[in-house]
Order: sequence, then structure tokens, then C-alpha cells
Amino acid sequence: MRLIRIWPEHAHFDFMRLRRFSFPLSATLSLLTILVLLTIGLNFGIDFKGGTLMELQSKSGHSDVAQIRQTAQGFGFGDVEVQEFGTAGGLSLRFPIQEGGEAAQSAVVQKARDTFGNDYDFQRVETVGPRVSGELVQSGTIGIILSVIAVLFYLWFRFERELAIGAIVGTLHDIVLTVGFFVITRHEFNMTSIAAILTIVGYSLNETVVVFDRTRELMRRYKTMPVTELLNLSINTTMSRTVMTATTTALSLLALVIFGGRAIEGFAQVMLYGVVICTYSAIFISSPMLIYIGLRSSETVKAPEGKVAPAE
Amino acid sequence: MLRFSRTKIIATMAVILIGLLLAVPSLMGREEREAFLRSVPNWVPSWLIPSRAVVLGLDLQGGSHVLLEVDVPDLLRTQSTQLRDDVRRVLREARVNPQGGIQLNPRGIQIRVPDQADRDKILPRLRELSQPIGNTVLGQGGNRDLDVTTTPDGLITLTYTDAGTNEKVRRAVDQSIEVIRKRIDFGGTTEPSIQRQGADRVLVQVPGLQDPQRLKELLGRTAKLEFRMLGQQGATDVDMLPMRDAGGQKVPVERRVIVEGGDLVDAQPAFDSRTNEPIVNFRFNIRGAQRFGQATSENIGRPLAIVLDNEVISAPTIQTAITGGSGQISGRFTVQQAQDLAVLLRAGALPAKLTVVEERTVGPGLGKDSIEAGKKATYVAAILVMIFMFATYGLFGLFANIALLVHVGLIFGLMSVLEATLTLPGIAGIVLTIGTAVDSNVLIYERIREEQHAGRSIPSAIQAGFERAFATIVDSNSTMAIAAVILFFLGSGPVRGFAVVFILGILTTVITAVTLTRMMIALWYHWMRPKALPF
Repeated sequence: MRLIRIWPEHAHFDFMRLRRFSFPLSATLSLLTILVLLTIGLNFGIDFKGGTLMELQSKSGHSDVAQIRQTAQGFGFGDVEVQEFGTAGGLSLRFPIQEGGEAAQSAVVQKARDTFGNDYDFQRVETVGPRVSGELVQSGTIGIILSVIAVLFYLWFRFERELAIGAIVGTLHDIVLTVGFFVITRHEFNMTSIAAILTIVGYSLNETVVVFDRTRELMRRYKTMPVTELLNLSINTTMSRTVMTATTTALSLLALVIFGGRAIEGFAQVMLYGVVICTYSAIFISSPMLIYIGLRSSETVKAPEGKVAPAE
Repeated sequence: MLRFSRTKIIATMAVILIGLLLAVPSLMGREEREAFLRSVPNWVPSWLIPSRAVVLGLDLQGGSHVLLEVDVPDLLRTQSTQLRDDVRRVLREARVNPQGGIQLNPRGIQIRVPDQADRDKILPRLRELSQPIGNTVLGQGGNRDLDVTTTPDGLITLTYTDAGTNEKVRRAVDQSIEVIRKRIDFGGTTEPSIQRQGADRVLVQVPGLQDPQRLKELLGRTAKLEFRMLGQQGATDVDMLPMRDAGGQKVPVERRVIVEGGDLVDAQPAFDSRTNEPIVNFRFNIRGAQRFGQATSENIGRPLAIVLDNEVISAPTIQTAITGGSGQISGRFTVQQAQDLAVLLRAGALPAKLTVVEERTVGPGLGKDSIEAGKKATYVAAILVMIFMFATYGLFGLFANIALLVHVGLIFGLMSVLEATLTLPGIAGIVLTIGTAVDSNVLIYERIREEQHAGRSIPSAIQAGFERAFATIVDSNSTMAIAAVILFFLGSGPVRGFAVVFILGILTTVITAVTLTRMMIALWYHWMRPKALPF
């Protein structure tokens, strides 16, 4: 039986050269993300914005979005977002947070149940009051900041300073581009999104660490090899693994996107995107960063320039 | 070298077998599980039988999650009102008349006593009202719940301290949990989970509930019942309270409370024998019966106000003295209202108003759909990954696939022992770990291949592959663990379920991808003595 060969054994692909494209590309995408984040902004879910979310399923299998929207708008609970959702006859309604503190929120659900209860099943009802949403914003923000700090500490203990800087740049890059994905796709940004971002942080670091482990090992073996060559060799030797893992992870996530059901679809899509971004940034952002940071500057023995390393 | 001692093999297999057995109860349905546990013969010690199972989160089994918060200003108002009564008693006993009466503050009361001698007389006694907080046995008597201050012009202020307020809130949460439990039990709902959350919150989770409206009605009422006399319009010692079903019309009710809900021993819904109207029958304890009997015999012909949460439900005229200690409340109730009122009265009053700050309800149909979808995604993901691994690594891919199946089984085993909650994001976590679990195998296999191409013999390459890849495996798993642990501490409910699965997945992957795979490869090598690697 012939087995799949992911990446040729003695490949010498010059990944570092591609930084001429990857750096401007990533810089542009990051700037664009910041731009759209400031202009369009995230589509915050009720976790962070407060308010009421309902998922209705029509008992007859037919739903009239326009009519529901009109009726719901007439409740006087502010602007209502009504969308078709999931299978035929499925609807989602989102009411903004109500003035008048915590107690004022439950009137929305009561009114909606009274009005639509005869024709629709209420499959999901979520109400988040102003205080809880405020706390969730806080813990979501803390979570992301804390994860970056924890990652910094980990890298500080585990790696030389230069490698650590390269890795953290890659991780931040992945966080920024994931946020960009949320803005562009209008995926709801909620507590599950924070979980997705933190998982992406873990995965991003994972990818970078595997390459850098190899870089460090090669640094010790080939003391005089130029940085660019060293990095290319690290990536080429770990490429099979990188592609394998990205593929198996992407395959599972693809299964989740297609079969996981509407409630988890968004999470799976973001993660799938994250896997692509993380793999890209480990190879084309974090690694070439080291050329500029100067990989061997902190080592006691400085390699003489221009000397070619011995062949393997 | 590539050796695996018999003891080590047995130990590894034993750990895996136990882990998988622990997962068995979670795979059965609830009835199946109970039937299975009954079918086990008595002589088998119970600790040998895996009985714990994964708990399904509310997002998967359907149900209601209601987060309630103690209304602290309301609690302090109630406390201050009680304090006012205490101060009034002190003043009466000392025969001191404060200027302008007793003023209620948001966090206490204040009185004005310009006379120095009067002040000196009552101050020590007012200070006695202040209670020490915490464990006084250990001599930590420093904190008291009331601060008593005076100004030279005679203003005396009694304020609850921060420590006192916190203590009151803590106690109110404890009491609320008790009352809520009774209310839900009496209401006939099954298996609620009621927990304290944070300083001032109670989390109520009720599985299988379609519409939490009735639950919220049961929980949202203080249910403070008072029997008071209807007073004269314009009198000084009356409160103007709204009358039920009277279009907001207010009636004067005497401030003095004859009997409170706390003196009730029983309340049952019933029907009035004459009008057939739903009513609530109640019985007082001895103290309540005495007071009620005395008050009714003194006030024949006058209307009695039955006040629930500062609303007059009804004001029947007292026909005869009621000395038997029982009575009935009527108020044009529906059957449901009468039932709920009886439940509320039996369970007792909440120490303060509870506000719903968060509510999440999932219908049972949606939960079932989510489980089905999650199962399907898990199977498809596993099959795709396994085909891909086999196509790339051949026999070694097969080893990795066996390890992968054990890995998922062990996650379930661990979750069962911990009785962890499986949520929808948790299922996503399982699917995700299917993709990432083989990463360790991939790292090892790629390394073995490299070592072999560098000129090592097969056993030596395998050995070196496992050893050299191990550091990287630890690294790559710790990076994922960082994110998962942070998520565990920050998230709640569903998101925490994801973190749990992820953390457990990282732990089991080390057992399966490293130890189990290594054992399989070692045994394979010893049996087959291969001349080449299968990939």
C-alpha cells in the first residue's frame, strides 16, 4: 500500500523569502481589522450587551418574519432583530436591554410568550441583565489579557528571549485576525467566542513552540549556520507534522461545522479559521521575525557571518 | 531499549481498562443504569461497580438556569425597620422622646435627642443593639454590625457597618436558599440544583422545565404575610397600602402587626364550601393562635387586613372570635394562584426581595437535537481523522487510532468519576481533542522517521523518536493547558464544560499517545522483528 507523503524528506523550501509577502499581508490585514473594529465593531451578543434572545420554532413549520418583526416592534421594547434561523419555521428574536434595571427584563419574555406562545415553541430563551453582562465583559477581557500574560510567562521560562518575542508576536497576530474574522462575518461575539479565542491562543502557541523547539535544537547542533538557513531548516523538518496536525484538527472541526448543529456552528467556524491562521503565522510571521530580532544575540558564542554550515 | 516489562504492560492495561469501565455508566440511559445497578448481586461490593455518570448540562437536557440576586437595599430597609422597632422600645423604656421621631436611613436610622442627660441615658443601651460579627469565641470581637455615632447638637445615627451589611447579606443568601428549596419542593419540581454564587446571589437550575415563568413567580415573591387591622383614614399610625383587584385604590392599614407568616404551621389550597371559590386554609402555631384569638375577640365587627408583600389581598370583617388557630384566606384567586400562595406560605418568607439577573432556558427538544448533532459530528470527526492517520502512517496509524479511541473513552471515564457536566461546548471540546490528540503521535512518528533516515536502526530510531519528541509533546500540551485552565476559572456553565473536557483531554493524551502507543509498537517489534518501518 502506498502511504501519503505529506512533505518531501529533504525539502529545502525557502520559507523565509516569503516574508516579503507575508509581512505586508499580515500588517495590512491587522490594520484593516483595527479599522473595521473601530468603524463597524463587533456584533456583541446578549452575554456582553445584555438583553433577551429567543429562538422560536413554528408549530406549523411556517413563519412570517415580517409579521413577527412588526408585532415584536409594537411591544415597545426597543429595536428587535428578527432573523430566520436553522430549519424551516425557525426564528431568532433579539431584544435590547430594557431601561429600569434587572427586574425590567423579564417583562419582555412574558410578553413574547403571551403573544407567540400559541403558534411557536420557545426552544431557547436567554435573558441577561445589565449587571451580569457587565461582569461577563469584565471576565472576558480579563481572560484574554490573562492568557497573554500566562503565555508570556511560559515562554519566558521555556525559551530564550528572542524566541519568546517571536512567539508572542505570532500569538497577538492570531488574536487580532480572529477578532477581524468576528467583525467581518458578523458572528455573534459572546462568552463562547472568548473560549474560541483562548483555544486559538493555545493552538497558535502550540504551532510556534513545535517549530521553535526544533530551531533551538538545530541552533545547538549547527552553531555557525546563518539564521535564515537555520529557520528554513527548522520549518522544513517540522513541516510534515505541521500539515498533519493542522489537517486532523481541521477535519474534526469541519465535521463540527457540518454536523454539529446550529448552536455550535459559529464556534467551529471560528476555530477552523483559527487553525489556518495559526499555522500560517507560525511559519510566515513568528519564524521570520527572528531574522530581525537576531536569533543569536543572547548567546555567548556569536556565529561569524557568512560561513556555511556543514552539510547534514 | 525498546522493552516493555510485563508488569508495565499489565499496569498500563489495568489503568486503561479501569478508565474505560468507569465510562460505561455514562453510555447507558438513566433507566438502563438504574436497572443495571439493581441487577448486580448483593455480594459484589458497591465500590467495585462504576455507578457515577456524566451529568448532562442544561443546554443538552433542557431546563432552566435562573440567577437571582438578593436586593441589598431592600434587605437593609427591612433590617432598618426592625432596628427602628428596637430603638423605639429602648426609647420607651428610658422614657425619652426624640425630636421629630425616628428617621429611616438607607442603611440605618437616626434620632435627634438634644438633651445631654437623655442622650447619656440611652446611648449605652443603643450600643447594646450592636451585635458582634463572626467568631467571638476566638476573640475576634473587633467587628460589630452597627456603628453608633453622635454629634454635639444631639443627632444620634445608627448605621450598619460594611462588615455588618456583608454579614446580613450572607445570612440572607443562606436563608433564601432554604426558602427557595422548600418552595421548589412543595411546587413539585424534580431535582433542582440550588447554589450560592458569589456574595449575594443564588443560582437555581431546574432540568426539564419548559416555561420558567411559574418558577420565577414562585421565587420572585418575598411572601411576607401579615395580619393587621384596617385603620382610620388620616390616622397617624397607618400605612396606605394598595388593595388587590381595586384598580390601585389604597386603604389605610394599621402599622401594628397582629400575626406574621412566620407563625403559620401549615397552609393548603382548598375551595370555599359555600361559594366554591379557591381559597387557602391555614393553621397558626400556639403563639400565633393566641394573638389571633385575642385580636379577633377584641375587634368583632371590624375589618381585618390580610397583607401579602405590602398589598392587601382581602379585608374580611371579623364575625366571631377565631380562637381555634386556623382560618382561611380568600381573595378571588384562581386555582393556580391559591396553590402557589399555599406553597409560598408553607415555605416561609424570603428575608429580602430576589431579583432575576440572568435567565437561560433551553427546551428539551433543542437539547436532544444538540446531543444528536454532537454525536454525529464526533463520529464523523473520528472516522475522518482515523482514515487520514491510517493513510499516512499505515500500521502505526492504526496504533494511533486505537490510542485515539481509548483517549475518548478515558475522557468519558474521568468525567464520570468527577461527575463533571457535559455541555454543548464540551462536545465541541471532545471533537476538537480528536483532532489534536493525534498530534502527539504525529510528533513521535515524524521524529522516528527522521531518526531512521539519519541512519539509526529501527529499534534505535523508535526509541530516539519517543525520547526526543517527548519534550515537544509536553511543550505543545502545556500551551493548550494554559488556555484551558484560564477558561476553566473564568467561564461558567457551558464554557466551563468546554474547559473541563479540554483539560482532561490533555491529561489522557499523554497516557494514550505516549504510553499506550509505545507499548503497542514495542510489542509489535518483538513479535514481528520487522526489517522496515511501515511508513
